Amino acid sequence: MYARAVVYWTILRITLEERLVYRGDFALGTLMRFLPIITQIFLWWAVFDSVGGTSSDDRVAGYRFQNVVAYYLLTMLSRAFSSMPGLASGIALQIRNGEIKKFLVQPVDMLGFLMLSRLAHKLAYYTVAAIPFAFVFFLCRGFFVDGWPDAGTLAAFALALVLSLLLGFFLEASIGLIGFWFLEVSSLLFVYMLLTYFLSGHMFPLDMLPAPWNHLVAVLPLKYLAYFPSAVFLGKITGLDLVRELCIAATWVVVFAIVSRVMFHRGVKRYSGYGG
Amino acid sequence: MPSMAIIELRGLSKSYRVYQKAEGLRASVRGLFRREYRDVLAVRGIDLDVEQGEFVAFLGPNGAGKTTTLKLLSGVINPTAGEARVMGFVPWKRENAYRRRFALVMGQKNQLWWDLPAQESFRLHQQIYRIDPGEFRATLDELTNLLDVETLLRQPVRELSLGERMKMELIAALLHSPDVLFLDEPTIGLDVVAQHNIQQFLKYYQQRRRITILLTSHYMKDVGALCKRVVIIAQGQIKYNGSLTGIMGRFSGHKVVTLQLDEQQRTDGFERFGQVIEVQPPKVKLRIERTAIPRVLAAILDQHAVFDVAVEDPPLEEVIAELFSQVDERLQRRAAGGER
Repeated sequence: MYARAVVYWTILRITLEERLVYRGDFALGTLMRFLPIITQIFLWWAVFDSVGGTSSDDRVAGYRFQNVVAYYLLTMLSRAFSSMPGLASGIALQIRNGEIKKFLVQPVDMLGFLMLSRLAHKLAYYTVAAIPFAFVFFLCRGFFVDGWPDAGTLAAFALALVLSLLLGFFLEASIGLIGFWFLEVSSLLFVYMLLTYFLSGHMFPLDMLPAPWNHLVAVLPLKYLAYFPSAVFLGKITGLDLVRELCIAATWVVVFAIVSRVMFHRGVKRYSGYGG
Repeated sequence: MPSMAIIELRGLSKSYRVYQKAEGLRASVRGLFRREYRDVLAVRGIDLDVEQGEFVAFLGPNGAGKTTTLKLLSGVINPTAGEARVMGFVPWKRENAYRRRFALVMGQKNQLWWDLPAQESFRLHQQIYRIDPGEFRATLDELTNLLDVETLLRQPVRELSLGERMKMELIAALLHSPDVLFLDEPTIGLDVVAQHNIQQFLKYYQQRRRITILLTSHYMKDVGALCKRVVIIAQGQIKYNGSLTGIMGRFSGHKVVTLQLDEQQRTDGFERFGQVIEVQPPKVKLRIERTAIPRVLAAILDQHAVFDVAVEDPPLEEVIAELFSQVDERLQRRAAGGER
């Protein structure tokens, strides 16, 4: 157990070091995260402006302008946890160029290894991004018109963020592992990104959707990547509903952890049977 | 009585399915719906025993099945048929107990972390292979010293030269003191000095630790310097298995005779003694059948004023190239005869 912990710690430390090699790219990547939200705020400004005004109590699908901006700030935070840039394409590339052999020859588990290196990337990112994030939230404090959540809600929010990270990892890993069957997954990945953008709540609050679409997104796992944590923070999901939703999110995590594990197992079997 | 072999292969075979595409756009479109596959027999029924402490070279033309055999032995791929045992393990079961006891180095693949100093990759290997810290330190010191790379440990791998990188790859592979080492063209693309360094290192290390090494290489110098036993593979089958010098006796029926003639002698007309390879007055190089040497030499000495004679085996490269091309021809003839 201790030995395993040391292995994990070493992997974590080394990937962290690797991440910090390209300082410029790292800094730019961290800051650029804040750019899209500005365009979205302007877009919704225009939407609310056309229906009445941004300061009044006018609502679009139950949201006031301030609610919408608060929602976007929160999804930005959620995506900082659940998005896994380069994970799926990285796995597919390793399969295609044969680097995957490393994980067959050496006594190390590929998915565990990737998970740790991803955690390291995330840790490095949060360390650097914490200050700008806090600054942006401070500047935008006026948009959180319904007040800050209580400690219980914050704890649920934190849990929702952790679940979104795990779900994002296993979902994307599964897509990358399709590379065992179809060497090239970039188109598939594009479709996944597009669907995620719409159906995770990254583009608009999912409860704005009319029936039957709202029912559809409710049963998909994608909403736990962005919409769910934000909704928890904004107090839209409470009590038993909250507990139930957290359980469903956790179940999806387990499902995709198993899916990715099975895919890896089958994929390696196929790889060693045909290719290599 | 149990066999002493550390590596045992019995009827090992591996076929790949390869997608066949005819030329042109139309065929590409057709390929979207229906694909034709062809089975390629990369390895067909190899039997081989390697004893503990042997250094064996796999030779063969490209696509002969050398790398496939190494991949089978390191568990990267499963065989289509046959059996293999390495130190009692079935490689493609990929048990950790096995994976901690061998290493695979591919000259064309990089296992180190590209952006980090090699030291970090070594540290990771220490953890992955659970190497005791004291032992790790001692092994690393020994290896870096032998390969003369102490000063390069802190430099990012991407900034190392190919030769330096290969040395680091070898260190990474040997840190856990494997009992069996598979080397797939470890000196590919290296300059003569770097090649020589790596040969010297491998030779020393193998003799000291008595580990078992299987090596594939295209450089005869590697093979000549390192391996007493040579296995020649072509079309996925073993064509020769024995000593390096034995190749000469078996596959080369010729010797190369170099004549240093008197300055005044004419250098033409030697065709009647054998195949003239090179004429550089006053030097003539001939290829003469082994059995005919005494008779032909006597005739030459009788008819010409010769200063000096050297009778040598042809270079190993040539013999092996000839061997490969013979195999190729046979294959073509068989294909032409419709016999497959």
